[in-house]
Amino acid sequence: MVAATLAQPAAQAAGARLRIEGVSHAFDIRGEALPVLDRVSLSVEPGGFVALLGPSGCGKSTLLRLVAGLEPPGQGVIAVDEEVVEGPDPSRLLVFQDPTLYPWRTVRGNVSLGLEARKVGRARAALIDQALGLVGLSGFADAYPHQLSGGMAQRAALARALVNAPRLLLLDEPLGKLDALTRLAMQAEILRLWQETRFTAVLVTHDVEEALVLAERVIVLSDRPAAIRADIPVPLTYPRHRDDPALVRLRREILTILGQAS
Amino acid sequence: MAGSLTVADAPGAVAPRLRRGLRPSWPTLTAGLAWLALAAASFKLPEAGDFPRTFVFAQGAAGLGAVLLVLSPFVAWLGTPGARLRHWSPWFAVLALALIAWELVTAKLEWLPMPFFPPPQAILEVFLDDWPKLGGSILNSLILLSGGYVFGAAVGFTLGVAIGSSRAVGYWAHPVLRFVGPLPATAWLPLAFFVFPSSWSASTFLVALATGFPVTVLTWSGVSGVNKAYFDVARTLGASRGFLILRVAIPAALPHVFVGLFMGLGGSFAVLVVAEMLGVKSGLGWYLQWAQGWAAYANMYAALIVMALMCSSLITLLFRLRDRVLSWQKGLVQW
Repeated sequence: MVAATLAQPAAQAAGARLRIEGVSHAFDIRGEALPVLDRVSLSVEPGGFVALLGPSGCGKSTLLRLVAGLEPPGQGVIAVDEEVVEGPDPSRLLVFQDPTLYPWRTVRGNVSLGLEARKVGRARAALIDQALGLVGLSGFADAYPHQLSGGMAQRAALARALVNAPRLLLLDEPLGKLDALTRLAMQAEILRLWQETRFTAVLVTHDVEEALVLAERVIVLSDRPAAIRADIPVPLTYPRHRDDPALVRLRREILTILGQAS
Repeated sequence: MAGSLTVADAPGAVAPRLRRGLRPSWPTLTAGLAWLALAAASFKLPEAGDFPRTFVFAQGAAGLGAVLLVLSPFVAWLGTPGARLRHWSPWFAVLALALIAWELVTAKLEWLPMPFFPPPQAILEVFLDDWPKLGGSILNSLILLSGGYVFGAAVGFTLGVAIGSSRAVGYWAHPVLRFVGPLPATAWLPLAFFVFPSSWSASTFLVALATGFPVTVLTWSGVSGVNKAYFDVARTLGASRGFLILRVAIPAALPHVFVGLFMGLGGSFAVLVVAEMLGVKSGLGWYLQWAQGWAAYANMYAALIVMALMCSSLITLLFRLRDRVLSWQKGLVQW
């Protein structure tokens, strides 16, 4: 119910379709080109949940930055709902590994950022309260970021994205810096938010288990420059259990691929 | 009051309880006695010169000493003011002892040469008799300082933000800033006094210059040091360029801006005094110069004390402002 009110244009499907075609990208390091992405092609159905899995520094995060529109791709096309990405847009939001909350704003002020930037005046307070309720931070609206634990800060960052009713949520190792217990809790949280809101989700991670617990498809990337090595569907029902034999089998399969990759 | 009386360690022992409540604060008591001693020393000992305000000075010291003595048994009952009084009592005591020493080596024993080192009652005399002129000087100094400071800080802040957020502005402003900025503002003094129509406008310009340079540089460094991820967040959320500058770059740079404002305030004091000594015919700097010219050394000390109070108050004011604006920061230095 909360999800329905958050996704403002009710007629629109909640999730966006993502199409990545032949995207290659290189960084310019002191005049020398360092290739990070090698002809990556991939599409995600509306409302799908895809995990990008690969070794650290392989270029996964770069791919998300390109999809978010923060940088243009060197080659290839990225389209969301068949519209070519040419810049950032609040309908596709990136949640970073660091919560990157603004320390000078309270939690409420941070969550309100997107609404302020888009000059959404109407029902702003109600939208913020909903988003905070969704991530379980209702009691912390007036706290400053330095008063929050790591998990709470990441929840606030999620609320800051969700309040804009994004149709594509890009998660760049959002749980990478959390302790093991908080991680498990936050994985369940993300799953619940996705099921309630039906946004399309792309999660970058290097935790095989996390990818298998959350995603409908796991894309395994190679070492830099990243190319797609495997595209593995995860035909398991939610909620998934880490000791499910099918999940354990998939995990071994993926680890084997990654082991060959390294 | 009730609190200190109901704290019972020995049940039923009423008399010890009362005595416990009335136990005098020794530092406050000592301070009171020290001020009474100062009063006695000023009043009783024969003086080498003629100081019309010795009696008033002694009266004041005696009055303060009496108040401290009377309050000393009740310090524990007085709550926050009492705690504050207890905290500052050692300072009160030392201050009285220092004044006694000063009194002795000047008016009483004349160990220090007379016109150059007046006794405290001579300085009190200046405050009591010359306050209209002294007060007017403070006012003139404050008007000149605040005009120049506010103007310089506003220009410096705007320029710093512009350099930090626009490549084109940076290209043109950076070399000028590097060449001209480090020059002490006082070096412009001779030029300023004939370029500007009045010595007042020249001094305002100089104060603004002394303020503007540190504010510009620190605002600029604050803006260019902003975490790039903050901009990425705002851009994905649909922020315009104006939003990025006003709502991201400036708030993130504010701690740096305040460092610049503090440096600028210190610099502006120096320029203010020099400008008033050399050109402006009013203000505390002028008063200092005037007092020295007439060998009115007591007036000079009085002006120095007032100037110290003024500068310290302004710095305190800026600290208060910073504490309000940057309340979200952890571990601020307490002034």
